[in-house]
Amino acid sequence: MYRIVNKKELNPTVTMMDIYAPLVADKALAGQFIILRVDGDGERIPLTVAGCDKEAGTVKIIFQVVGGTTMRLNAKKQGEYISDFVGPLGRPTETDGVKKVCIVGGGVGCAIALPVAKRFKELGCEVHSIIGFRNKDLVILEDEFAACSDKLTVMTDDGSYGRQGVVTAPLKEGIEGGENYDKVIAIGPLIMMKFVVATTKPFGVPTVVSMNPIMIDGTGMCGGCRLTVGGKMKFACVDGPDFDGFEVDFDEAMRRSSMYSDFEKRERELSCNLFKKEA
Amino acid sequence: MAVLPKKNAMPVQDPQVRAHNFDEVALGYGREVAMAEAQRCLNCKNKPCVSGCPVNIAIPDFISKVKEGDFEGAYEIISRSSSLPAVCGRVCPQETQCEGKCTLGIKFEPVGIGRLERFVADYHNANFNGKANVPLSNGHRVVVIGSGPSGLTCAGDLAKKGYKVTIFEALHLAGGVLVYGIPEFRLPKNIVAKEIETLKSYGVDIQTNVVIGKTITVDELFAMGYEAVFVGSGAGLPRFMGIPGESLKGVYSANEFLTRSNLMKAYEGDSRTPIMHAKHVAVVGGGNVAMDAARTALRLGADSVSIVYRRSMEELPARKEEVEHAMEEGIKFELLRNPVEIIGYENPEDKRDPKNGFVTGLKVIRCELGEPDEKGRRRPVEIAGSEYVMDADCVIMAIGTSPNPLIKSTTDGLDVNKHGGIIVEESTGATSRAGVYAGGDAVTGAATVILAMGAGKTAAKAIDEYISSK
Repeated sequence: MYRIVNKKELNPTVTMMDIYAPLVADKALAGQFIILRVDGDGERIPLTVAGCDKEAGTVKIIFQVVGGTTMRLNAKKQGEYISDFVGPLGRPTETDGVKKVCIVGGGVGCAIALPVAKRFKELGCEVHSIIGFRNKDLVILEDEFAACSDKLTVMTDDGSYGRQGVVTAPLKEGIEGGENYDKVIAIGPLIMMKFVVATTKPFGVPTVVSMNPIMIDGTGMCGGCRLTVGGKMKFACVDGPDFDGFEVDFDEAMRRSSMYSDFEKRERELSCNLFKKEA
Repeated sequence: MAVLPKKNAMPVQDPQVRAHNFDEVALGYGREVAMAEAQRCLNCKNKPCVSGCPVNIAIPDFISKVKEGDFEGAYEIISRSSSLPAVCGRVCPQETQCEGKCTLGIKFEPVGIGRLERFVADYHNANFNGKANVPLSNGHRVVVIGSGPSGLTCAGDLAKKGYKVTIFEALHLAGGVLVYGIPEFRLPKNIVAKEIETLKSYGVDIQTNVVIGKTITVDELFAMGYEAVFVGSGAGLPRFMGIPGESLKGVYSANEFLTRSNLMKAYEGDSRTPIMHAKHVAVVGGGNVAMDAARTALRLGADSVSIVYRRSMEELPARKEEVEHAMEEGIKFELLRNPVEIIGYENPEDKRDPKNGFVTGLKVIRCELGEPDEKGRRRPVEIAGSEYVMDADCVIMAIGTSPNPLIKSTTDGLDVNKHGGIIVEESTGATSRAGVYAGGDAVTGAATVILAMGAGKTAAKAIDEYISSK
């Protein structure tokens, strides 16, 4: 059992937790992920590590309440336990040879982008961050990004906070304006990452995307997380989750991610009803 | 006394009934039938059956005990050689091992050794209330990576010798392929749990949710004071064919399909694990895993399930009993056919049609058998122009696995072959790195439970010698 040491709601649908898992905290690097199960009969879900505290032995996770499992996780209180927590899995984000980087985060993806931005900052890189949200209420981690970025742009779809528009607009302006990024790292919804790649590719700016497909074991055993990258089949859990954005087949990944959408909808409704009854 | 020419029949669930449930197919001998079957053993001098068993169980000795009705005595003899008798009695390919060598089998059907082993183990599990003799600790600590058949066997043998064994398991539940791969109807999970409890009673410590190579490395294990490491991490990455359409929705690796159903309990109606309840399922491959996937799909409610295999019935690598059971249940065998493409739905009018990207069929080409390959199996040769499309809304690839790179890539000095399998000295399981031993599918690629157990046993003996001689 793994204790929830700390729990905080970042916005109405996004929650942060620190989980006591010293072995994982000791090893986890930016870009890696963990797999958890909330309770004895629950599904295994992958979540990218949002930070860790080696001293305290805790691993930070930030998740959006989207389905049955994340609802159950969100129903757990500080001091309670979850049944399983394993990691760190996947490869850490590569940082070699990068002097200037642009980190692009979308929605809850910003939670994963933050430790990556921090890591580059620690290594002495110039870090520009662009973070985007649907509206003002959903903005998370702005102060944390500000602390580790040389330049921060906050975007909202509806203009209720920061600049109005999508993340690719300031990215394009920056590149056209002569920001010579060694690398762009995009972490967020598939559609956002697809458009980031469409923006950077004409300029030939190397772009890394962090993929978060359907997964079970997280160690290469099931093959459920397979993607097509550069025409070859790759497993996100052992070959990724970071991949060369120019090579990823996003359309296929988007399709595969909807394989269980009917089931998830039903499960979400069931869970909602369950919590309504309990409340 | 005349010997009965045939084995005493194994009572089984009716095929029509069992095709719709996940309860165990074979029901097991009762004591009278077991004693009658034991009478068939000639107690011959050569005991060829023993050499046919990868863990060399003293088969005629345990059968003699069954004859006398001393079932606990029989169990004691089996457990000297095997840590998982209730499992082996169910899943070993006896026809190519012990029973394949049985002297009686020259003229008649061989003795039902597997059925007797299963009976003895089940009898013990149901009736034994005593405590295991916990061996005296010898103060040495050993790590076993993976809690599948090879790891459990290695851990059991070492624990019985007094070693303090810690097993690290990557998943949340111990048992490896016995819990994620082999379905409930063939190997009930309470039996696996019982065997694991027995091991724990010998002092084996099992730590789940630890991925060696990620959470802790092999080097760190030695630094922590463990004196030897056994790698039994299993087969790993599922293979795909490399044909178009393998990323469509409704295409699974057998590993994923079976893991969803078995480990994640999607077979239980109210499970929170999604799995496709398809109408027409095509399973590609001819091994035990293919049979398990096909029979699972049938039980999940498919109207039709086909095994698609590129050779003929003769070459089918699955255990004979599984093939027979599958046929009785109505699994179709589309033999001498090789898949060339998986076809998906695509609405040209509507890119957002939710049906887009789901499997609708499997295009196969007919084959005939040509010259034998290096293993002596006749090679399938495609017949030009014979392609056609089978109806399928789910395709399951059960064509084997390639070894997992996690441990190799984080352990210095561990040599692997060109397929990625860990290289070991066959007689000891020793790898290229001192103190590190390996066995099971991590070495051989996908094979059987009992071969993995044999490798775990060999390595346990070698680890004992290695540590004793230090």
